[in-house]
Amino acid sequence: MAPEPAARSAVLQRFSRAERAVHWTIAVLMIVCILTAAILYNGSLASQIGHRRVVELVHVYCGFALPAPMLLGVIFAAYRADLKRLNRFTPSDWHWLRARNRRDGSIRVGKFNAGQKLNGSLSAGAILVLLGTGIIMYFTGLTRLSWRTGATFVHDWFALAIGLLVVGHIMFAIRDPEARRGMRHGQVSRRWARAEHPDWVAELEALENAVDRSGGPASRDGEDSGNDQQSRGRNEDRAFDRLDEPEV
Amino acid sequence: MGRRVVLGLLAAGIAGVVTGHSIQDALAHVLGPIENRDPTGLISLIPLGETFRFYSVTGSVPARTAQSYRLSVSGLAAHSASYTLADLQAMPQTTLVRDFQCVTGWRVPQVHWSGVALSVLLDLAKPSPSATAVRFHSFDGTYTESLTLQQARRPDVIVALQMLGAPVTHEHGGPVRMYAAPMYGYKSTKWLSAIEFTDHVEEGYWETRGYGVDGFIQS
Repeated sequence: MAPEPAARSAVLQRFSRAERAVHWTIAVLMIVCILTAAILYNGSLASQIGHRRVVELVHVYCGFALPAPMLLGVIFAAYRADLKRLNRFTPSDWHWLRARNRRDGSIRVGKFNAGQKLNGSLSAGAILVLLGTGIIMYFTGLTRLSWRTGATFVHDWFALAIGLLVVGHIMFAIRDPEARRGMRHGQVSRRWARAEHPDWVAELEALENAVDRSGGPASRDGEDSGNDQQSRGRNEDRAFDRLDEPEV
Repeated sequence: MGRRVVLGLLAAGIAGVVTGHSIQDALAHVLGPIENRDPTGLISLIPLGETFRFYSVTGSVPARTAQSYRLSVSGLAAHSASYTLADLQAMPQTTLVRDFQCVTGWRVPQVHWSGVALSVLLDLAKPSPSATAVRFHSFDGTYTESLTLQQARRPDVIVALQMLGAPVTHEHGGPVRMYAAPMYGYKSTKWLSAIEFTDHVEEGYWETRGYGVDGFIQS
């Protein structure tokens, strides 16, 4: 591990404002969808609460809105950079998923661990499937009846699956206050990041060292991306992280 | 990899939409009997489909007992009437074993229904020549539905007193509800309180909200 320069900050920027906005908008829409789904699906809740038309409208329009923040996020470089990271599965990710000792720090973990990557893609895929089948069910004139029956079948099972996924996601978040802080305020402690995402910290520190050595101030917007240290290795990925970096 | 997971889920979703109909039949065939005998009730948490989903468009529906229940028949007809549950039970009963099909896709196959054929009540009322349709009212205070007089006279349209082999429960629209077998579920008014002869088909609750006035099940 690199020696710690005195000026090195104790916190690291993990999520940009745009990424957090995307996350929390999806969180609210998803929770409303899950609660209204429970009312629409569960017989005893349905008969206690009634008002099917209202509950249905809230459910359907929150569902239609769900992919919008995911798509809007693409405007922002930090979001695109993290999508790229989430999309990339390394051999050590496969190892992480299979290993019992995945939490002891012996397996290399970057900005996202394999579970987070899997959660991201499963959620995105399931949201799209739920949207598609929801459209088939809601606009009853769109397809033949047997496809509506099939859409109801798929919607039910995917809803159950995404419900479990969300519960799991929240349980992991409850156990990790520092991870929650990252999603609330954008920053995490360097100590936490070193324990949970050591390869990510190593990347950031390599950049910090590069900046230190080039002697300049922490220049922004990747305008120093042409310098020698940075052009070595996976500098494209690092350049994306630069966009994340606040002046801390 | 992440992209492959997303595409894989989409492919599974599409396959499920196309084949879900038959998968669900097979699943329900295997698990349905187990669910019925499952003392823990855990199997009912699995979305097997092929079970009823309870629809109510108002906040709460007052319960009507055998004593307090009345079905009024009125409008463009020679004889208005108000029937008690016992009156209806004393009339000839029609039994049907037919699917309950929701327009959104879910379906409960081969449900046992029995009650008074609507045509029996229509004949007793002697509709006037200007009557072309019947309108159903629900004692939930909000829901209405209509059928043409011709549809209402079909032998598979009944005023149901029994469903699933027992008196119609409150959740299912009891003590008395409509069951129009050849049509989507929204045509079968729950908590039936009145039948009114009209000179035109008036749009029902879901029909003013987008569903077709023609509710015949199309495959």
